[in-house]
Amino acid sequence: MTDQANTSVLRLKSPGNIGIATLIIAAFWFTTLIGAYFTGISVQTLLSDTMKRAGMNGILVLAMVPAIQSGTGPNFALPVGIVCGLFALICAIEFNLTGALCLFVSIILSIPIAVIAGYAYGKLLNAVKGSEMTIATYTGFSITALMCLVWMMVPFTNEKIGWFLGEGLRETIQLGAVDAAFIINNFMAFKIGEIIIPTGLLLIFGFFSVLVWLFFDSKSGIAISAGGINPKFAQATGLNIDRNRILANILSTVLGAIGIIVYSQSFGYAQLYTAPLMMAFPAVAAVLIGGATASRANVLNVIIGVFLFQGLLTTALPVANEIFKGTDLSEVMRMIIQNGIILYALTQVKRGG
Amino acid sequence: MKDTLLRFSNVSKNYYGNVVLENINFEVRAGEIHALIGENGAGKSTLMNVLFGMPVIHTTGGYEGDVLINGEKVDIKSPYEAMHAGIGMVHQEFMLIPGFTITENIKINREITLPNMVSRILGKRLETLDMIKMNTDARKALDTLDMGIEEFTLVAGLPVGHKQFIEIAREIDKSGIKILVFDEPTAVLTESEAHNLLNAIRRLSQLGIGIIFISHRLDEVIDVADRVTVLRDGQLVTTKEVKDTNAVEIAQLMIGRSVTIERVHSDKRKISDDIMLSVKGLRVGMPGEMVRGIDLEVRKGEIIGIGGLAGQGKLGIANGIMGTYPARGEVIFNGKPLKMNAPHLTIASGIAFVSEDRKGVGLLLNESIELNIAFTDMQINNGFLHKFAGFTIKNYREIRKHAERMIKDLDIRCKSSLQNTGSLSGGNQQKVCVARALTQKPQFIFVSEPTRGIDVGAKKLILDLLFKLNEEYGMTIVMTSSELAEMRSICDKIIIICNGTVAGVLTPDASDADFGLMMSGSRIRNAGDAALTDKGGI
Repeated sequence: MTDQANTSVLRLKSPGNIGIATLIIAAFWFTTLIGAYFTGISVQTLLSDTMKRAGMNGILVLAMVPAIQSGTGPNFALPVGIVCGLFALICAIEFNLTGALCLFVSIILSIPIAVIAGYAYGKLLNAVKGSEMTIATYTGFSITALMCLVWMMVPFTNEKIGWFLGEGLRETIQLGAVDAAFIINNFMAFKIGEIIIPTGLLLIFGFFSVLVWLFFDSKSGIAISAGGINPKFAQATGLNIDRNRILANILSTVLGAIGIIVYSQSFGYAQLYTAPLMMAFPAVAAVLIGGATASRANVLNVIIGVFLFQGLLTTALPVANEIFKGTDLSEVMRMIIQNGIILYALTQVKRGG
Repeated sequence: MKDTLLRFSNVSKNYYGNVVLENINFEVRAGEIHALIGENGAGKSTLMNVLFGMPVIHTTGGYEGDVLINGEKVDIKSPYEAMHAGIGMVHQEFMLIPGFTITENIKINREITLPNMVSRILGKRLETLDMIKMNTDARKALDTLDMGIEEFTLVAGLPVGHKQFIEIAREIDKSGIKILVFDEPTAVLTESEAHNLLNAIRRLSQLGIGIIFISHRLDEVIDVADRVTVLRDGQLVTTKEVKDTNAVEIAQLMIGRSVTIERVHSDKRKISDDIMLSVKGLRVGMPGEMVRGIDLEVRKGEIIGIGGLAGQGKLGIANGIMGTYPARGEVIFNGKPLKMNAPHLTIASGIAFVSEDRKGVGLLLNESIELNIAFTDMQINNGFLHKFAGFTIKNYREIRKHAERMIKDLDIRCKSSLQNTGSLSGGNQQKVCVARALTQKPQFIFVSEPTRGIDVGAKKLILDLLFKLNEEYGMTIVMTSSELAEMRSICDKIIIICNGTVAGVLTPDASDADFGLMMSGSRIRNAGDAALTDKGGI
């Protein structure tokens, strides 16, 4: 009973089911937009950037939903999925694939890798019930470190991904070199005034959002959610909670893998080695800003959250730099907002994940 | 006449208008063993909470009336003050630190200390323990209880009987102890341990300590107590000298009710001779409700009641068969053996369960009424699903239609089928649980504590509903309940569970004394008592 009571008070509810925290952040974003206007920064550029960054981060944020719904808490081990996606992308380049085909093959290839990794990760989480979030964070860190070795030692020979001298892969791999950069962004992209709409990016984010939404209306999805809210209830109904948790984390890992491929093409680079280390945190912060809690999340939280969070980052940083000239407040502010939100959400968790 | 140590004078207590104690007058004399008897919820715990000044009393507005110790009015505001007033309690659950020795456990927070260099500078908290004196004191307390065990033994690994004695030793070691409360001290003990404990209690009373002895075991009460006070529904029924009464009378006083629910009759009911559910050697590991080997048979169309006092295992039966707690044994349903610990198979075979833990196990409190109603059927029987864009997803329209019909049929009071179940009243939540069970179209239903936490009017509705289901659809019902009256109103027979086993089977019209005796396990112990066996032999 206490579990359920906790979830209900996790967030102060305002009318219309949108959390107070979400409204505050939204108001803050709106204020910075006005600030941008008065400091002479192009609001249209800011909005274009917001949309682009929301689109490129969207699927990574979406990966939080299955994990949260299954009761294992936000997927702090997102780097597990990310390295699967990166590995698939590197493989595709190694096979000398270019352009859209390269992205397509890497997405297809990333799925089985992520399924296996997600399964193992789900097994791990079932063994550590009650401290999932801590374990997840360190799983993410560990896998990133482990993959540093792999990137060093993998016997790939393609000159586009290797160092010019010596063994191992480069830290930053230009996707432009294989014509795979910005392909999704530029697909059917158009302009309204000065605002660029990255249609392809938004479409693919929308597509995965619908998939996740449909999944959580299916029998398995509902079973996963029930197990997350009230394990005793789920067990009494004869559901296999452990299996559902594994399933949810497989799904989350696969979304992480696909998410990083979409992210990389929009960024223009695939970043290896320690780059995935901290990537879970902006995704966790985004879904929480969108109104999710550490135990309840839905697709709407993702969409609201990713636009607000990325919007805030793109807008607030140039504005802050403009107002406090000569300082580098932007990175500090990003850290405060991102980690503050995560901290806030975690203080609301009463026990377990 | 010995001195009166403790007196409750016109003590009343209500929780937000709900009266749980009414004008209790109760006294304990020095050197007396005074038994306090009553069913669960009769007010025993509340009375003890008043005595110990538990926060739950004072945060809910305090109590009315007076508590007098040695003739002086006291106002005990906290358990700490109670300790200083010379009141001690031996807990049912042991509050001992396993890694400490017996002495350390007895003396904890009351250690005897000697000053040393450091403590002279930094204060009393850093003084050295005087183990010799502490051991002597502990030895004395243990000797009072006639306990031979060495005082420097570690508590970890001692048998429960010994732990209980250490708890008692701790209480009597406190200087100035006047009143000692034993709350069901023998519940976790074996027969011989219980015997030793009763002897120790007698010895303590001879030292002039007033003892309040709370127990469900009537024969122990007869055995050890000087006087007995019976509480029922927050009222003091009577206080009697034990030598003037007997177990049968006490049982009758404990159960007897002023209010009874009228028994319903119907000619339309059909009870077949076929055994629908047969259980052999069922053992269930439900904490606090252990089932230790139960056989029972349920015929098609019957309504069976399972009763017994809390903690005796009645709730474990349904939970074990439904797989919510690990269970062992043979269960045959409709001629086919049921796999144990596989809830989905049990549900799929046509057995539904309305759990006693409505808010914990029974409902998704933050989800809508309609999802709660449809959930189990969807998960187990693939109901309420349809194809959409290649996905099999839930069929909102069907769920809505069905939920609305259920809301109408069962008269669930709500704003709409989308309202969260957490915001419904207890009675309506229970109806949602029943609605979900019915949605599975079961032939057999386990209902546990169907009226717990529900007001009187709603109780009747729930019972009528269960009876109607049996009458009109021939549904076989096994109802587990702490409330005898409600079982007597609709059940064909009532199985009484005591100590994890079947104590006996009674008809609904059996006498109060029969129920009381059987529930307290006296029948098994006093099997030789001819007067008892004559009365209710089924």
